[in-house]
Amino acid sequence: MLILHCPYCGVDAEESELAPGGEAHLKRFGPGSSDEDFEAYMFARKNPKGVHFERWRHAYGCGKWFLAARCTATLEVFGTYKAQNPRPHPDIVAAVKAKRPGWEGWK
Amino acid sequence: MGMRRYSMFAVAREALRFHAGWERAWKSPEPKSHYDVIVVGAGGHGLATAYYLGKVHGIRNVAVIEKGWLGGGNTGRNTTIIRSNYLQDPSAAIYEKARSLYEDLSQDLNYNVMFSPRGLLMLAQSEHERRGYQRTVYANNLQGIETEWITPQKVKELVPILNIEGPRYPVLGALYQERGGTARHDAVAWGYARGCSAMGMDIIQQCEVTGVRTEGGKVVGIDTTKGAIGCSKLAMVVAGHSSVLAEMAGFRLPIESMALQAWVSEPIKPAIDVVVMANLVHGYMSQSDKGELVIGGGTDGFNNYTQRGSWHHVEETTRALVETFPIISRLKMLRQWGGIVDMTGDRSPILSKTPVENIFVNCGWGTGGFKSIPGSGWAMAELVAKGEPGPLAAEFGLIRFREGRFIDESVAAGVAH
Amino acid sequence: MSLRLTKGGRLIDRSKPLGFRFNGQPMHGFAGDTLASALLGAGQAMVGRSFKYHRPRGIVASGVEEPNALLGLGTGARFEPDQRATTTELFEGATTTSQNHWPSLKFDVGAINDKLYRLFPAGFYYKTFMFPRFAWKHVFEPIVRQSAGLGEVPKDADVDRYEQAYGYCDVLVAGGGVAGLAAALEAGRKGQRVIVLEQTPHWGGRAMVDGGQIDGHDAADWVAAALAELKAMANVSLRNRTMVSGVFDHGYVIGYQRVGDAEPGSDKPRHRLWRIRAGQIVVASGAIERPISFAGNDLPGVMLAGAVRDYIMNWAVAPGQRLVVVTNNDDAYRTALAALDAGLEVAGVVDAREAASGPLIDAVKARGVRVYEGHGIAKVKGRAEVTGVELCRQAGEGTVVMELACDAVAMSGGWSPAVHLWSHCGGKLFWDEAAVMFRPDHARPPTGADGEAMARIVGAADGKLRLCEIMEEFGLGAVADEESAIEPVWLMPARAPDALRFKAFLDYQNDVKVSDVQLAAREGYESVEHTKRYTTLGMATDQGKLSNINGLAILSDALGRPIPATGTTTFRPPYTPISFGAITGEARGELFQPLRRTPIQGWHAARGAHWEPVGQWRRPYCYPRSGEAHGDAVKREILTTREKVGMLDASTLGKIVVKGPDAGRFLDMLYTNLMSTLPVGKCRYGLMCNENGFLMDDGVVVRLSEDSWLCHTTSGGADRIHGWMEDWLQCEWWDWKVYTANLTEQFAQVAVVGPKARAVLEKLGGMDVSKEALPFMTYVEGELGGFRARVFRISFSGELSYEIAVPTSEGLAFWEAVAEAGAEFGITPYGTEALHVMRAEKGFIMIGDETDGTVIPQDLGLGWAISKKKEDYLGKRAQQRSYMTDPDRWKLVGLETLDGSVLPDGVYAVDAGHNANGQRNVQGRVTSTYFSPTLGKGIAMGLVRRGPDRMGEVLDFPGDNGAIHKARIVDPCFYDKEGEKANV
Repeated sequence: MLILHCPYCGVDAEESELAPGGEAHLKRFGPGSSDEDFEAYMFARKNPKGVHFERWRHAYGCGKWFLAARCTATLEVFGTYKAQNPRPHPDIVAAVKAKRPGWEGWK
Repeated sequence: MGMRRYSMFAVAREALRFHAGWERAWKSPEPKSHYDVIVVGAGGHGLATAYYLGKVHGIRNVAVIEKGWLGGGNTGRNTTIIRSNYLQDPSAAIYEKARSLYEDLSQDLNYNVMFSPRGLLMLAQSEHERRGYQRTVYANNLQGIETEWITPQKVKELVPILNIEGPRYPVLGALYQERGGTARHDAVAWGYARGCSAMGMDIIQQCEVTGVRTEGGKVVGIDTTKGAIGCSKLAMVVAGHSSVLAEMAGFRLPIESMALQAWVSEPIKPAIDVVVMANLVHGYMSQSDKGELVIGGGTDGFNNYTQRGSWHHVEETTRALVETFPIISRLKMLRQWGGIVDMTGDRSPILSKTPVENIFVNCGWGTGGFKSIPGSGWAMAELVAKGEPGPLAAEFGLIRFREGRFIDESVAAGVAH
Repeated sequence: MSLRLTKGGRLIDRSKPLGFRFNGQPMHGFAGDTLASALLGAGQAMVGRSFKYHRPRGIVASGVEEPNALLGLGTGARFEPDQRATTTELFEGATTTSQNHWPSLKFDVGAINDKLYRLFPAGFYYKTFMFPRFAWKHVFEPIVRQSAGLGEVPKDADVDRYEQAYGYCDVLVAGGGVAGLAAALEAGRKGQRVIVLEQTPHWGGRAMVDGGQIDGHDAADWVAAALAELKAMANVSLRNRTMVSGVFDHGYVIGYQRVGDAEPGSDKPRHRLWRIRAGQIVVASGAIERPISFAGNDLPGVMLAGAVRDYIMNWAVAPGQRLVVVTNNDDAYRTALAALDAGLEVAGVVDAREAASGPLIDAVKARGVRVYEGHGIAKVKGRAEVTGVELCRQAGEGTVVMELACDAVAMSGGWSPAVHLWSHCGGKLFWDEAAVMFRPDHARPPTGADGEAMARIVGAADGKLRLCEIMEEFGLGAVADEESAIEPVWLMPARAPDALRFKAFLDYQNDVKVSDVQLAAREGYESVEHTKRYTTLGMATDQGKLSNINGLAILSDALGRPIPATGTTTFRPPYTPISFGAITGEARGELFQPLRRTPIQGWHAARGAHWEPVGQWRRPYCYPRSGEAHGDAVKREILTTREKVGMLDASTLGKIVVKGPDAGRFLDMLYTNLMSTLPVGKCRYGLMCNENGFLMDDGVVVRLSEDSWLCHTTSGGADRIHGWMEDWLQCEWWDWKVYTANLTEQFAQVAVVGPKARAVLEKLGGMDVSKEALPFMTYVEGELGGFRARVFRISFSGELSYEIAVPTSEGLAFWEAVAEAGAEFGITPYGTEALHVMRAEKGFIMIGDETDGTVIPQDLGLGWAISKKKEDYLGKRAQQRSYMTDPDRWKLVGLETLDGSVLPDGVYAVDAGHNANGQRNVQGRVTSTYFSPTLGKGIAMGLVRRGPDRMGEVLDFPGDNGAIHKARIVDPCFYDKEGEKANV
């Protein structure tokens, strides 16, 4: 039963208030893109056992989508940040690196 | 090679000497330097793959590598339901192949897997579900799968403890597969393992894969915690950790790992003789031979490798089942647990060649893994042996995600007005 | 024989006798008794039969670890199987029955299994019952099922109620023994919010029985003072009868409170489930005593030494009058002393250790009790209860050196910390060789959201068995007797032969013996999980609380490897079983799920609507008149609507307003067609696809003003589509200036449909609803019949039709006004089925019927609704993939049977031959099929391979019982193809 801090409304939200939204920072490919790029955008997932950047919606709260860095092996949360970040926020990256020195970084 | 046959007479004979003469069900060898085929993952699917490689294709220089103990992943933590009442042709074909192999599996393996074709019901509790299941019955009849649509009254006869009257979601009928049912999950893994071992295959437990070796785009072996092992072909059959292994081989899969929970009640005398699935309210239930009510629901929905689930899903599903079977309210939950399932982009499995030559992948069974074990092993063995998929696996290749040729079983995905 | 002592009993109130029944026989106990102490006090030693061999079994323990004493409790709608007698408080009139025997507890036919025990070793069923093939399901499995399963099946639905509650705290203390209370004091004095949960009704744990001194006071006095101090703190809440059931991620804890269990029929909830978020969890769950494996250790009368002591001191019950104590540690000597103090005879203490000394041992010896050092029990004598024990050298093979007559055996194999709650969420253990136990590894605790330890473990749960050790952590001095070292004893005698090992039980309830674990090891089931599953060790209702450590020690020994190399099985919640009722809470019956109601719901109900669940809404399917069949009602509703006028409660339709400078641009991405060009005041039917190209929702979009659009969605789709819009707006196009608002519940919507629809609205008055003022596919806002209304000229039936939205608060009044105005025109309310039939007659698709998550708009002849001008929209790229553009895709057509009959729902059109998997080839299927009252024949829609190119072809649709339905491919629009009726 996760608790994630909603970076918009400031609530430490219970998992039952939240809706999961899968991997974060996917780049959308639309018309004109190659079959490979479109397939990767739609389906190829990092699905790491470890540090994962992911989307959540505070569905039964303020309704905002936000992003979280979380370890899928321990459920440790390194931080949450607003959805308007095309890549992991530097503060979040630093927080992960502090906790997971061997982490290879977001790719 | 060969194995001592199990029978009532063998047990009686052994009884005279306090069962001192039983031999190991499977051997526990050290790895050799090279195998024709290495199967990674000694769960049901991996062991069945190896078994049919030997039995059907005569390939016996095979190792099955397991990081933990055989059958210790999802094979040993599911709700043991077996059914083949799928809608789409490719799914129906492979699940029915599995179900029909289950019919004779105890005799084939000489290991009682307790296949119990006790019947399986999927309740229709909305007009939308009713139409979807009636459609499935017609599809199944053309696919050679025996299912029927039954009335609420017949549902009540089959399951007297079922509340068909609602009040919220009255039962409008059900999709019934008389030869669906359950089996003893551990026994499936153990029986296959014994069969593989008897054919001279090596089952190597407590051996974790740490790397995949390739040369010129072809697989040549793996690195493990027990050293490097060479192979001509590699079959990855590691539900829950498919993405991790694919990463080692340098490709990504359309898979996300999620927790799926199940729980059992304390044992009681026989209360329910069939398997009941109430999909609208997200719960299903059967009773084990030991007397426990075996209960499950849907996945938790976020990436998770912990084998632990979230409590609120337990509440939701338990509510659904208390509503469906009001007499269970005073029974008690004995144990809950979680497994990690592979969820693919279209919620159907992958049996496929990969970007690396001679690496084959079998994954993505989602919540349908146990019921498919024999069919999956059969189709995977054919794929590995021939290098190309046979008819059972043909539609389950990775290429479908590029072409948009999905196998979507969620007839309930649309929403009625 | 067990009996009630005339004196003592810390927990019972002799002034309050309570009557109860066991297997029909009247018995009595006292307030404060458990069912177990009451049964023992009434001389009932045998309380059940075991799972497999149906051996007689008695009470072994005094707490949650009890494996044998499981009873049926109550009757009728309050019957509950598998009630653990040791944790159930006695109440007046309790009706109890023993389980798993036939015809009676004393004479059980199933006990034949015990005589044939050699034929039923671990896993025998994997090796047998395979021939003939059908026999498993039809012969063997029914026998297995009938003889397994413990309790009887409840017959009636539960009449009790259950509650759920939330709790929040800085520190949650699991366990109200001295360690838990000390931890609570520590946190409470710091001002932290503390919740203390204790599973029993009583505080103080074992110290209340075993004594000792804390901080200069008797333990019991210290407990009383601690409780008083805690109760006085506003920041501390104490709950007894509340077990911590499970510890979940991020400090989530489930508590299980037994509120009204002992007061059946009272107005209290039976159980209350607590969902608690704790900053830190203090695990103070104590320790559980281990049995010793010797032959006959399962006979009624053989009991844990600690439990014997509990029964004597807590409830003044003597499990026997002449005891033998068997042990490998000093603690069990306390039982000998307690028995002596109660006036019972102690026939001897059998101590497996060659030499042990200490004050407890000396005290026992001083009372004249003989201690048999270096000895063990070879075998317990007796049939249904203990009559004596045979002693042997512990180091030997069981040669009997003497016999001791006795009627009870108190055994102690040492204590195992109850580490379950520490382990649920990943806390790790280590094997302490000297203490002979798995202990929590403080360096590897369960971790929380911040990656730091979320639990602390204290007291006996931490492996600290002596009072001074426990209290030291809290800076409190304590005094307890010195104890000498325990020695591991996993089998008694150490080299017991087959005949003894086959009768030495590890798991009482599941009948797993030492020999079974050894067999598993021999056959290669080497992992502790394999052994557990092969033998069923630890899988009973006690989940191995008594058996697991002994079992894995036997396994390790058989495999010649150290115990830590074997490890433990995984600890899973719940700690002890909890009721499904508590997990369900109040959410049953009408409250099972939230029910969404339109403002007109009551009117529908009063008119006898037959309901159809649609998401969490409930919509009228039809309004049958008295005696009218549903089908006839639907027919009447349709004909009345088509001939005169009908009205539909369309309030459940999704209504989402999209507003802002970039709203048009946004809707152009969301819908397949162009919405930015829609003129103000106009309506346009729109399609929404997901990024995978599949059609997911449809509805009419209305341009309300220059910067505002109203998007109608399907009833079931409103929340999902609103979420979908927000997803794109927040995560992808977050710099676009757009707001969305889901106004579904803010407006009631009524469709007035049929040739007389305009006349009805004109009668309501106040608005010009003429063709000229309000043409087809336009909208106007104003007053209609005195109501503030938005009137849309849209039609889902092909008739002249208006949909009128009014504020929800005025919905019912407006509906009634329409009904009244329409009365003279013969207006009828109609339900969802009439809606479906009329749209099918018109060839309109329905999301969920014509679509199923695999269908793209191009399949449905909706190319006209896909803009060719737009570079992009959600789903466009996906629709360019090869499989989506395949000309062989199944496409929408109408289907008409040759004989006018109705095609069955969901049938497939077959093609010649079979595919490579032996499945019949198919070339299409029916998506919607109805009897059309308007046309007087069956009509259908379907998806057929290249369907629109094959007009007039006849296809075969196999139906039920070998019937083949022949149907011709026709245009999907069966009614008013030119659309003249709607556009008048």
